[in-house]
Amino acid sequence: MPTISVNRDILFANIGQKFTDSEFDNLCFEFGIELDDVVVEKVNNKDQTVYKIEIPANRYDLLCVEGLGRALSIFLQKTTPPNFQLFKPSDDKIHKMTVLPNTSPVRPFVVAAILRNVNFSQQNYDSFIDLQDKLHQNLCRKRTLVAIGTHDLDTLKGPFRYDAQRPADLKFRPLNQTAEVNGVELMELYKESHLKSYLPIIKDKEFYPIIFDSNNVVLSLPPIINGDHSKITLSTKNVLIECTGTDLHKCEIVLDTMVTMFSEYCASKFEIEAVEVTHVDGSKHIYPKLCERFEVIETKTVNKKIGIQIDDSKMAQLLARMGLEAQLVEPNRIKVRIPPTRSDILHACDIVEDVAIGYGFNNIGKTIPKTNCFSNENHSKNCFQLNSDIVLNYSNIAEACDFHLGNIRGFELNKLTDLLRLELAQCGYTEALTFTLCSREDVADKLGKKIEDIPAVHISNPKTLDFQVARTSLLPGLLKTIACSRNMPLPLKIFEVSDVILNDKEAEVGARNERRLAVLSYNKQAGFEIVHGVLDKIMQSLEVPWKTGYELKHTEDPTFMPGRCAAVYAYGKVIGTVGVLHPDVIHNFELNLPCCALEINIEPFL
Amino acid sequence: MADLNEELLQYIDKNNSLDTLEYANARNLDHQKVIGAIKSLQTNEGLLKSEQKSTKSFVLNDEAQHIAKHGSHEAVIFNLIPDTGILQSELMSLNANAKLGFSKAMANGWIQLDKKNADGPKVAKKVAKINDQVKDILEKIQNLNLSDVNDKSIQDLKKRKLISEVTINSIFVSKGDKFTTKLEKPEKELTAEMLLGDAWKTKKFKEYNLDALGTVPDGGHLHPLQKVRTEIRKIFLEMGFTEMPTNNYIENSFWNFDALFQPQQHPARDAHDTFFISDPSVSTTFPMDYLERVKQTHMNGGGYGSQGYKYDWKIEEAQKNILRTHTTAVSARMLYKLAQSEVFKPTKYFSIDKVFRNETLDATHLAEFHQIEGVIADYDLTLGDLIGVLYEFFSKLGMTELRFKPAYNPYTEPSMEIFAFHKGLNKWVEIGNSGVFRPEMLEPMNLPKNVSVIAWGLSLERPTMIKYGINNIRDLVGHKVNLKMVYDNPICRISK
Repeated sequence: MPTISVNRDILFANIGQKFTDSEFDNLCFEFGIELDDVVVEKVNNKDQTVYKIEIPANRYDLLCVEGLGRALSIFLQKTTPPNFQLFKPSDDKIHKMTVLPNTSPVRPFVVAAILRNVNFSQQNYDSFIDLQDKLHQNLCRKRTLVAIGTHDLDTLKGPFRYDAQRPADLKFRPLNQTAEVNGVELMELYKESHLKSYLPIIKDKEFYPIIFDSNNVVLSLPPIINGDHSKITLSTKNVLIECTGTDLHKCEIVLDTMVTMFSEYCASKFEIEAVEVTHVDGSKHIYPKLCERFEVIETKTVNKKIGIQIDDSKMAQLLARMGLEAQLVEPNRIKVRIPPTRSDILHACDIVEDVAIGYGFNNIGKTIPKTNCFSNENHSKNCFQLNSDIVLNYSNIAEACDFHLGNIRGFELNKLTDLLRLELAQCGYTEALTFTLCSREDVADKLGKKIEDIPAVHISNPKTLDFQVARTSLLPGLLKTIACSRNMPLPLKIFEVSDVILNDKEAEVGARNERRLAVLSYNKQAGFEIVHGVLDKIMQSLEVPWKTGYELKHTEDPTFMPGRCAAVYAYGKVIGTVGVLHPDVIHNFELNLPCCALEINIEPFL
Repeated sequence: MADLNEELLQYIDKNNSLDTLEYANARNLDHQKVIGAIKSLQTNEGLLKSEQKSTKSFVLNDEAQHIAKHGSHEAVIFNLIPDTGILQSELMSLNANAKLGFSKAMANGWIQLDKKNADGPKVAKKVAKINDQVKDILEKIQNLNLSDVNDKSIQDLKKRKLISEVTINSIFVSKGDKFTTKLEKPEKELTAEMLLGDAWKTKKFKEYNLDALGTVPDGGHLHPLQKVRTEIRKIFLEMGFTEMPTNNYIENSFWNFDALFQPQQHPARDAHDTFFISDPSVSTTFPMDYLERVKQTHMNGGGYGSQGYKYDWKIEEAQKNILRTHTTAVSARMLYKLAQSEVFKPTKYFSIDKVFRNETLDATHLAEFHQIEGVIADYDLTLGDLIGVLYEFFSKLGMTELRFKPAYNPYTEPSMEIFAFHKGLNKWVEIGNSGVFRPEMLEPMNLPKNVSVIAWGLSLERPTMIKYGINNIRDLVGHKVNLKMVYDNPICRISK
């Protein structure tokens, strides 16, 4: 969610009303924005109250004080939405921009528009710059999708051409620089600047996008920087706005947003002059699009979706408060005009939301849905008899968790987990809750294993070592828990019943969870029989008999001390391990007393 | 100790009373030992009557103790002088305190000095015998025979800093109503032996110290977050919701984002927010006809009355495996399955499970946390229904005053942030998000057009932290928590 900073007094002037902070906070709440903070800032040695306001991520029309003030003023019924006029000069007068084929592989689209006789002040000039910045950060996805360039049109001579050149071949003087540079030098010049995050967008491209006028003056090298020649100043009157990008639709939205916000300062208010762009395929288009469309809604349907009862005219009035002009076509049918500022409206459901906001979410009567369902903690089928062939087949487990057509099944694995957790606590063990993500070292080296041998799921973009892999065992988390509670009285007896993640080519996404039960005992002597006893108790709880149901067999596992470890078998298949941890493992987790551990898969017991 | 108790009782029996200080002095015992024994006897109700006494007394300092043992400095000097006399210089070298002793002895008129002696000044006895009163008095004080010592002598000694005054607390005891010399040792515990026959009836039992804590029971403990999870799970079950299978932490972008009408350039799909998987990096199995409808919906609205996002949707983006960022990915799978049944059946689902975000970590944010989600799918559900269900749900959590704020979420419209008034904090706190799933999400699944799906979500950690007053999430989850916090955590009565 973007947060914008606006001068309170200017905002109030734009709305046409003054508020206390708490009144304004309530207005924001009702409208769906959030007054995050109120700060006093020194600007030109004068104290100014600045509101930090959080704006929903799809409302680009609220990202500047002009748009926000306008929307709130309309919401408070002090004004009506502006009518934007597109002035299209005759074919010989209209400014033209041609896209050349070199741009296609790097940044294929450009759109442009002109604002005439703009009256810039320091304040609205700052706002103009701020809005570009906010758009760049949000809708433009840090200039990857769209980049905006603004120019003093009077310093330029059309027609313009949007080209792409080899970095070494181009030459221009970037904004506020004294010397000309080529593309390679440009990358060097800005590599430590605030622009450095944008350099990779084109750095390794064969051609860099560049816009020229008819005198070969460079307007800009998008998405990095404008040229110095055509820079905007407070005395600029006629502004050319160009948006280049990789997503034409977003270029259009960005251009529409820029001109709808700042045509407010044109001598002919809300009038925008068109530019003709010839795309690579030769097609000619007039910009800005000022996309305006109409959607017809039915009052009854909207009422039904919200759960209110209002008539046509009331609904039209609520829509008007949201900046959507509504016209009653016939009873129950309202034609809604969606202005170019409201690109967030994609579907009639967005109009429904605006009606609900206009009505006030907190004025809607609460009702209880008629939906009548019987909850189900278990499978609807009876639990099947334990049988090695059926139960110990992982694909069946996946199916067991699956939704069965027309027959809602609960998530029995969680029910079983909760029952076993209680058993373990009753056995005197304390529940730990550890992280699923961990380092490669935790699941491999520290347990005496090699990462290559472990079916781990690897994360490609971890910010720290703690998030390199998903755990394949619960033991590292339990050992770390003990390490952090070494000062507690002995013995320390802990457990966790939770999921590990295993890389599994058979699974739909190539990996699957497995529900494990792990127990760890930390004391002055190992006591294999103590943890073994917990296993016996769990098996008894699950009605799995000793020897005919489960048994232990000697095994070797590098995590455990040689000869002090056993594989747990249930109905002939290995479900886990029990034993005394290898002294190296104990030391690897910065512990110094013997540890006994048990870890089994409980999914076979569903 | 037992012997001393017996001796004391015998003494009181014989003398009717006892003063601890006198008794200790008479028997040359440590006074504190005697007091301790009396106190232990006092625990037998009615055995003794007692009153506290405080006595003024004096203690001898080191010099005074030396005098009491060896005599005063003047007496020592006197005794060093042979009957023939001695040179003053020689006398002075014989004793460390000779100078002081000499002047005192002179003042007492015990000795005389011949300054005209040819070999130098010579000292001789003036009297034949002396009475060393200082030593006598100090001895008496040391033995606490203060009666024969007059006040003037005491003042003198205090002035000479040989003695200092102290207050000694003692106990004067006499026989109580239930005095006896045959004291039975009180029993600490009722034993099995005492229950054989009537032995317990005649036994005395030691009184309990009710100011001490009992023994900590040897039990296990459930984790506080899990306790809250269990309660919230029960609330959903009470309300007729069925739990969704959420045991698939690895998800592909298709189900996590695309199916939810979250565009492929959405910031949530950035590496800054989402953990991507390098192995297994992509998924290859999708319901292809549904995937095609999702694609069309993103690109042009898919014929569902939407504008769509008007961009070039790529399957490569949808294939990317991630750690799921929300359990809504599971809800999407479940709703898709629901839509595949021949007859749509109204459904209420919930889940509480882990989700993962590649966010900046702070006191309230971890890379993994638990998300609670409730979903209802039925014909013609309204926003009022959602509000009504939220009131029911949150009132079960003890939150009865709610407010809703319009919000933005790519897959719900309308979308509402849920705020609850927290009486303890005396302010409105944001507790969750909710909304009506967008037609662009539901219609490609082939759910009937007039089926609405309302849903809400919140984190499990936040209400738990508020409930238990925990400010740092690391004090609640993960391996760094103090096990004592888990041991000492109360039962979870969620609505309190």
